[in-house]
Amino acid sequence: MTPSEHPGSGSPGSPGDTAEVWVESTGTYPLVQPPVIEAHDVWKTYRNGSLEVDALRGVSVEIRSGEYVAITGPSGSGKSTLMHILGCLDVPTSGSFLLAGEDVSTMSEEELAHVRNRRIGFVFQQFNLLASMSAWRNVELPLLYAGVERSERKRRALGALERVGLDTRVDHRPGELSGGQQQRVAMARALVTDPDLILADEPTGNLDSVSAADVLGLLDELHRSGRTIVLITHEADVAEAADRTVRIRDGQILDPEPATSVAVGR
Amino acid sequence: MNVLETFRTGLEAVVSHRLRSALTVLGIMIGITAVILTVGLGEGAQQQVSSQISALGSNLLTVTPGSTTSSAGIRGGFGSASTLTVGDAAALSSNVVAPDINAVAPASTVSESLAAGTTNWTTTVVGTDPSWLTVRGRSMTEGRFIAAHDLATRADVAVLGATTAQELFGFRDPVGQTVNIAGQPMSVIGVLNTVGSSSTSSTASNPDDQAIVPLTTASALLFGGSSRNSVSQILIQSTSAGTLSAAYQEADAELLSLHGVTTAASADFTITSEQQVLSTATSVDKTLTVLLGGVAGISLLVGGIGVMNIMLVSVTERIREIGLRKALGATPRVIRRQFLVEASVLGSVGGVLGAGLGLLGAAILPHFISDKITISPVATVGAIVIAIGIGIAFGVYPASRAARLAPIDALRSE
Repeated sequence: MTPSEHPGSGSPGSPGDTAEVWVESTGTYPLVQPPVIEAHDVWKTYRNGSLEVDALRGVSVEIRSGEYVAITGPSGSGKSTLMHILGCLDVPTSGSFLLAGEDVSTMSEEELAHVRNRRIGFVFQQFNLLASMSAWRNVELPLLYAGVERSERKRRALGALERVGLDTRVDHRPGELSGGQQQRVAMARALVTDPDLILADEPTGNLDSVSAADVLGLLDELHRSGRTIVLITHEADVAEAADRTVRIRDGQILDPEPATSVAVGR
Repeated sequence: MNVLETFRTGLEAVVSHRLRSALTVLGIMIGITAVILTVGLGEGAQQQVSSQISALGSNLLTVTPGSTTSSAGIRGGFGSASTLTVGDAAALSSNVVAPDINAVAPASTVSESLAAGTTNWTTTVVGTDPSWLTVRGRSMTEGRFIAAHDLATRADVAVLGATTAQELFGFRDPVGQTVNIAGQPMSVIGVLNTVGSSSTSSTASNPDDQAIVPLTTASALLFGGSSRNSVSQILIQSTSAGTLSAAYQEADAELLSLHGVTTAASADFTITSEQQVLSTATSVDKTLTVLLGGVAGISLLVGGIGVMNIMLVSVTERIREIGLRKALGATPRVIRRQFLVEASVLGSVGGVLGAGLGLLGAAILPHFISDKITISPVATVGAIVIAIGIGIAFGVYPASRAARLAPIDALRSE
């Protein structure tokens, strides 16, 4: 599949658009593109009354366009905190974090909301679909907040659902879909804005092995079509699906591996 | 996200929790209905009172003999002394002495048995002069009122109230008939207009049930010799409502000097205003309206707190949804607006339904209770606006709580 077939990729020229990043037909890779993620010495301290907990202690990580990276670690290692910061759901206490070349560590909540909307597609362990809405209405939500017009929203939502193979289930509510299908709806929702980064937080955690394989297969397919994917998991076999694994423990990255030494874009 | 989309999202949330939304709406609805009905009842009562004021004859003062301010303990009680005379009335009608007095009518009343053929009817007989018609603000439906020459000649003529005429003569034309008053035959010369009964009038139990005769005739034939010149009351009409108190002052000063009384405290007469009685009635009505309105307002406030309660529950219950919406790019402002729309939808639906129920109640209730309910469109629209305002006011806090939720805390909660 070529990038032009992506649902909703009708906005060429926007910075960080994956369509410009990896063009399979020519095999070229424009190196001028800034890394999607550029975190340097990121600290995150939580205050719980008088108790201070350092969830992240000087994490530096760089993820290039088109990479498929798994972030692994046991529970309590700080990988969820890192995921929140990478997903602009939270800001670091100190250190710098650039998303697609943009410094987001000092942004207001309002600006962060816009960045999340434009640049990041989330896939959660709990699917987090709105039960009262049909599949396509769930998928169109990010476009609603982006201010896209209604008919265009529907067109792109249906396109994204087709992309994940659910074009026959667009009017079903989450309760009428299997777990695997719900996660596919969530992936369609992550794809629909054509984001710089797809952030999947334990996407297979609530699924049986068949559905899990299904979801991982879909992530792999998305990666092959040029998308940047960060997969957070504590399961080693799930992490194997990625090109590169960043292991985190006690708020620090183990055996840091420079991103440049990895063959990016496969 | 534009206004329409925000509205649609808020409306969807209201509709998806039907029972809860309906119960919240019910609270607002009851409050608005109560407010509309109590305000309507109060306005209805006040309208009734003011129509009674105009029925009684406007700008009216009544002078009665004796005094209610008995401080010395030796003077006679209210109405017992016959200190008012026809001369007093004549003096008060002078434009020089009392420029703010428009008309003066001396009157004496006695309860007498009237007979026409075989029909008997006991009613109030008023002996007065031609200005009574003006002072009382009455008119004739038939015939004429007593005239100056009737007084001069002590004519045996009588004017009947509509009820009295009906009782005595049925459907026959009373004018030209003869009625026996205390055994004295008098010819009926006219019938007064109908004003309807007014329970608050202090001078006549029913203004439609009385017989008017010339004062001179009444003095000679009905009241006996000792009190020929005395009258039981003097009715005074001021030139306008604004000059009522000036007329009061003039009448008071003139009567004090005529009676040779030096201090107002020892006056042998009392001047009262019909409007005093009615303004008391009006103010009682107003107090009741305020009281009932206050109770209704409290029920509306409780309804508003209900909205706040439900919105807070809604925020807590949908904490994951809020987190997700934020993760997908909803700004705090969009979230706040969405919840404000929800609250104001609850408020406005409650307001419209409450106004509808109030109008229905106003149409049905008067069939079961004697009171009149007057609903003004302004009050109805105002009530709906207040309901929406309450929805928004009590939605602000829950909405800003939702808006302030950190997306990670919201997503994390199970």
